[in-house]
Amino acid sequence: MLAATVIVFREVLEAALLIGIVAAATRTVPGRNRWLAAGMLAGLAGAGAVALGTARIAELAGGIGQELFNAAVLGIAVAMLAWHNLWMSSHGAALAADARSVGSAISGGRRECSVLLVVVGLAVLREGAETVLFLYGIAASEGGASLPMLAGGLAGIAAGVAVGYLLYAGLLRIPLRWLFAATGVLVLFLAAGMASQAARFLIQADVVPSLAAPLWDTSTLLPQTSIAGTLLHSLVGYEAQPAGMQILFYLVALVAIGSGMLWVQRNGVPSARREAAS
Amino acid sequence: MTRLALAAALCLLAAAPVQAADDEFRLVLQDHRFQPDELVLPAGKKVTLVVENRDATPEEFESKALGREKVVAGKSTAKILVGPLKPGRYPFAGEYNEKTAQGVIVVR
Repeated sequence: MLAATVIVFREVLEAALLIGIVAAATRTVPGRNRWLAAGMLAGLAGAGAVALGTARIAELAGGIGQELFNAAVLGIAVAMLAWHNLWMSSHGAALAADARSVGSAISGGRRECSVLLVVVGLAVLREGAETVLFLYGIAASEGGASLPMLAGGLAGIAAGVAVGYLLYAGLLRIPLRWLFAATGVLVLFLAAGMASQAARFLIQADVVPSLAAPLWDTSTLLPQTSIAGTLLHSLVGYEAQPAGMQILFYLVALVAIGSGMLWVQRNGVPSARREAAS
Repeated sequence: MTRLALAAALCLLAAAPVQAADDEFRLVLQDHRFQPDELVLPAGKKVTLVVENRDATPEEFESKALGREKVVAGKSTAKILVGPLKPGRYPFAGEYNEKTAQGVIVVR
């Protein structure tokens, strides 16, 4: 039972942390609860569909369909998180200054919400599909469903959601002025970690070279399966035995998104400047 | 970037038949156990692991040491490209049945 809890917890944690962070980041965006809920529902439906289609997807592209699918989902998520961070960088000050009224007036607020929907949906889809497969495996195993194992799986979901909620609640205690800076940094590292994971799938598909695999090995020092390792993996993309190409993807995402955020903060985006003038 | 990756993948597909099936090593999953549970692979070479899942339930082949993870649906076969590898021991497991589905790749 405990094994099932741990496996499901590991899968759910990443999505839960991401949702906790973006929910905190968009706390003053009007209507964000509906968009978040819609994203989660769409993600769950997608997870079911992906789980059902596992064999089909795997056969695509000459047997590397699963790798390309995962890399594409991660790639889109990175792009969406980048957009989210740039948007927050240009509007964060306005959102913090007058949280109640400004939100609806900000141009792109609606687009930001649809980005939110996609980000949340993809996170739930990716982690959810593996959870669905695992739970299906338990339910369909010979000798009938193993109830303790299923209960363990459900406990894992609850634990993952609880940690995501704790992070959300913790972030909400930060004053608005600092909240956006904090979530911006968190999202930046989430995105970089996802870029590194995308690289791992592209290496596995043999689309890109590994460039030294592994580049380093800290699996005895800080195993990725330990609690600290799992948390660090979910939050900042820690891997105990990463390939060189993963680190390259990680750094490129980190520098590109990070410098984009700084640039937007300093110069503003054209639409934001027009708004400020009017 | 995604589009670029897909384009690259398509190019690779075109070239795939030439290099396919040169070095295939077979792993069979039955009753949530790998057979064999110790597989010897040559060092410094790209090889293909062919994982045949004879169980009705899905399994996730996972090896942090190899940097590989792939879901293998029930009653199906998946190919996983690995290497070139340095000599050493690379543990792997079926994540959905970690208690029994354990194995190690020994590279010489």
